[in-house]
Amino acid sequence: MTPNDRKYSTTHEWVKVDGELAVVGISDHAQEALGDITFLELPKAGTSVEKGTECGVIESVKAASDIYSPIGGEIAEANDALENAPEQVNQSPYDTGWLFKVKGIDHAEIDALMSADDYETFLKEQE
Amino acid sequence: MSVIYDKSVPGRRGVRLPRSDVPGHTAIPEPYRRRSALNLCELSELDVVRHFTALSRKNFGVDTGFYPLGSCTMKYNPKFTEKIAQLDGFSSLHPLLPQLRRGGMLTQGALAVLYELESMLCEICGMDAFTLHPMAGAHGELTGMMIIAAYHHDKENNKTEVLIPDESHGTNPSSAAIAGYSTRPVPTNRKTGVLDLEALKDMIGDQTAAVMLTNPNTLGIFNAQIREIADLAHKHDALLYYDGANLNAILGKFRPGDGDFDVVHVNLHKTFGTPHGGGGPGAGPVGVKKHLVDFLPISRVVKRSDGTHALDYDYPKSIGYIAPFYGNFSVCLKAYAYILNLGAEGLSQVAENAVLNANYAMHCLKDDFEVPCLRTCMHEFVISASRQAENGIRALDIAKALIDRGFHPPTVYFPLIVKESMMVEPTETESKETLDAFVGAMKDIARQSRESSESFAGAPQSTPVGRLDETRAARQMDFAYALSGA
Repeated sequence: MTPNDRKYSTTHEWVKVDGELAVVGISDHAQEALGDITFLELPKAGTSVEKGTECGVIESVKAASDIYSPIGGEIAEANDALENAPEQVNQSPYDTGWLFKVKGIDHAEIDALMSADDYETFLKEQE
Repeated sequence: MSVIYDKSVPGRRGVRLPRSDVPGHTAIPEPYRRRSALNLCELSELDVVRHFTALSRKNFGVDTGFYPLGSCTMKYNPKFTEKIAQLDGFSSLHPLLPQLRRGGMLTQGALAVLYELESMLCEICGMDAFTLHPMAGAHGELTGMMIIAAYHHDKENNKTEVLIPDESHGTNPSSAAIAGYSTRPVPTNRKTGVLDLEALKDMIGDQTAAVMLTNPNTLGIFNAQIREIADLAHKHDALLYYDGANLNAILGKFRPGDGDFDVVHVNLHKTFGTPHGGGGPGAGPVGVKKHLVDFLPISRVVKRSDGTHALDYDYPKSIGYIAPFYGNFSVCLKAYAYILNLGAEGLSQVAENAVLNANYAMHCLKDDFEVPCLRTCMHEFVISASRQAENGIRALDIAKALIDRGFHPPTVYFPLIVKESMMVEPTETESKETLDAFVGAMKDIARQSRESSESFAGAPQSTPVGRLDETRAARQMDFAYALSGA
């Protein structure tokens, strides 16, 4: 279910290391809770982000929520394809629905996030 | 359903404008004239009357049926207040008059209404002064936050942050942000359903400008830790803000001022029997304690020693003008009439019946729906459709099914902290028969979700249009109607 090739935050983002970069998206649980996503405002390339701070907005038919960066660094690229196809986040949260890539990453910071198993336990506790 | 343009017939007329009888050259100068035809619809007066009468009959409002929209207090507005607002002496009054020389003497009635309404709100909320200028609840919040910012600025306090519970109204963080503060959500204790006091203790500090509370909160629960929260805030010279959107539950029972709140806004259009919905007009008066009076917006209505009323603009520390003239005067007037008509005893009964109705409906529904906080609620309660969701029936489906049973759906998917939430606020004006009919419809829907969940897909069927594609409407917004032949 929850891919174990990446890490998870308590604010329901995932982080996957890809060479020098880290790819960030939201978990399947998060997209399910949000419902059909209608609009995304993603951070622009070149902006620096801090762990746990707001860096974008995600809107669904139910609610508007902040996107938090689970790690610090600099935005290398945002998934601009989502602008015209926000449904990708619902349909493929772990793959084509990724949100942004971060460079200048701190591996220790990523290691400190939850594993897939820990995240699933965390979700059960939240019930 | 057709729009009025579809009914247009070339050459048909409703009115014939008279020829201009103004002598001299009055034509619009050439560069400013329209080049293309106006493309107005051409109809007779009867066509127009029938069109809009037909539309009005498709309307659903509290005058036509039960409207339990949680967090909104869609209660019935007694019609006598409309009559009073239409009195010629009020409705024909020019708003500039009290600012003109000797004009104040021609507007004593209106100024007295404003002055006395401020006094009555002070008494109801336990505050020292009120401004009636804000023209909506969120406008009141912003006014309140600007007053708080002015207070800290005046004291040269270095404040950066406003703390807001995660179950608060979404407008709270927006208002605080526009007033220049960053906001941080304080988590809710899942067991008690109210703000987690320990978390607040960890988060609060000298950087905290204010704590914004809605009480009872959006789970419909009264937060009894106010004393501790107020002490904690004041220890750091942070001010305590009361979002009065849910005042209907506590009228005559609890006064925010007695709970040490420094600033409060109330929604006249929710609590005090004036129209609500359709975008207003509303009114969100703001009350403050003594230490904040200097910062209230101008103008302020004062009573002179001879008993007459006047407008006073001489408040150098005021945050200034926040609305044209004196706010939505007719809304204030209706609230004034409503408060006087009910009196202290009547206002207490409003709260009692609102709370009784909500608890009655909640207990009738608790076996059929998940109730995340099953304890005595205030004027509204939250149920979750999580049990029904296991059969694929979500809060949205239940809302649509309710429409076919003749009820306006409750608020869905708010508060965000409850899954598949449905927030029900019956209000004090509904009878037991109406509540029983609503409970019956909800129970019927719960049964239907167990027996034939596929039957929900077609709901609603009784409306001019069926199930709308909300996702597509949001993703591909298109508001323009293409005129044929345009």
